[in-house]
Amino acid sequence: MVHFTAEEKAAVVSLWARVNVELVGGEVLGRLLVVYPWTQRFFDSFGNLSSESAIMGNPKVKAHGKKVLTSFGNAVKHMDDLKDTFAELSELHCDKLHVDPENFKLLGNMILIVLATHFSKEFTPQMQAAWQKLTTAVANALAHKYH
Amino acid sequence: MVLSPADKTNVKSTWDKIGGHAGEYGGEALERTFASFPTTKTYFPHFDLSHGSAQVKAHGKKVADALTNAVAHMDDLPGAMSALSDLHAYKLRVDPVNFKLLSHCLLVTLACHHPAEFTPAVHASLDKFFSAVSTVLTSKYR
Repeated sequence: MVHFTAEEKAAVVSLWARVNVELVGGEVLGRLLVVYPWTQRFFDSFGNLSSESAIMGNPKVKAHGKKVLTSFGNAVKHMDDLKDTFAELSELHCDKLHVDPENFKLLGNMILIVLATHFSKEFTPQMQAAWQKLTTAVANALAHKYH
Repeated sequence: MVLSPADKTNVKSTWDKIGGHAGEYGGEALERTFASFPTTKTYFPHFDLSHGSAQVKAHGKKVADALTNAVAHMDDLPGAMSALSDLHAYKLRVDPVNFKLLSHCLLVTLACHHPAEFTPAVHASLDKFFSAVSTVLTSKYR
């Protein structure tokens, strides 16, 4: 089980409080679809994903990005209990959505990069390390129920 | 995976924007790599890895200079990076997974310092470029 130090928790919580979940969520999912186009395979119903501007402006991408990041906010609240927190979502992603867990790592890295663009110098190596740990732990929790 | 003309333009203009900061960013990317991915430190037992380390700064500059050279020779990365390719294959033997970790931290560093320029399209081009460089550096491993 992942252990977060008090400093790591404080760092994550303090930054999260300043995140515009709707805006950042859309950017995170958008970047995933732009930078790793093969991830578009899960979103045939989303309409126009034919260019960077189409993807970043797509209302379904924004809405789904917000949904995903809101769920991630749950991780911030339950950093000591991620496997249980994401058990149901893990089953969903395996049994219904059929998402390769590798994608959770890719999305996690997009979260980090978008945070970097928003917080700039404040996104220090230590802040990044705490968030890196969290996104990895969430990715593992989401993969935990796969069979 | 091929670098399109647009990718090459994006990479070149990013590097122009970075200007003289490349060395500094190289050092910062290394520091981020060591902080986020402690296993990467195993390749540097002989280094002082504390914040502000002169060795890390110097090594960051070395990495940055090699990348600057790669940017100048994007049409022939295998040729331009042949010596570094040999070095990584026969001497350093850094496990291939680590190139992704450093590449990611290079992207984070650039995103921090140049958020406005780091659009999704530029981000994608840089990710492809670092991936291409990593492939060349590990191409002679076996």
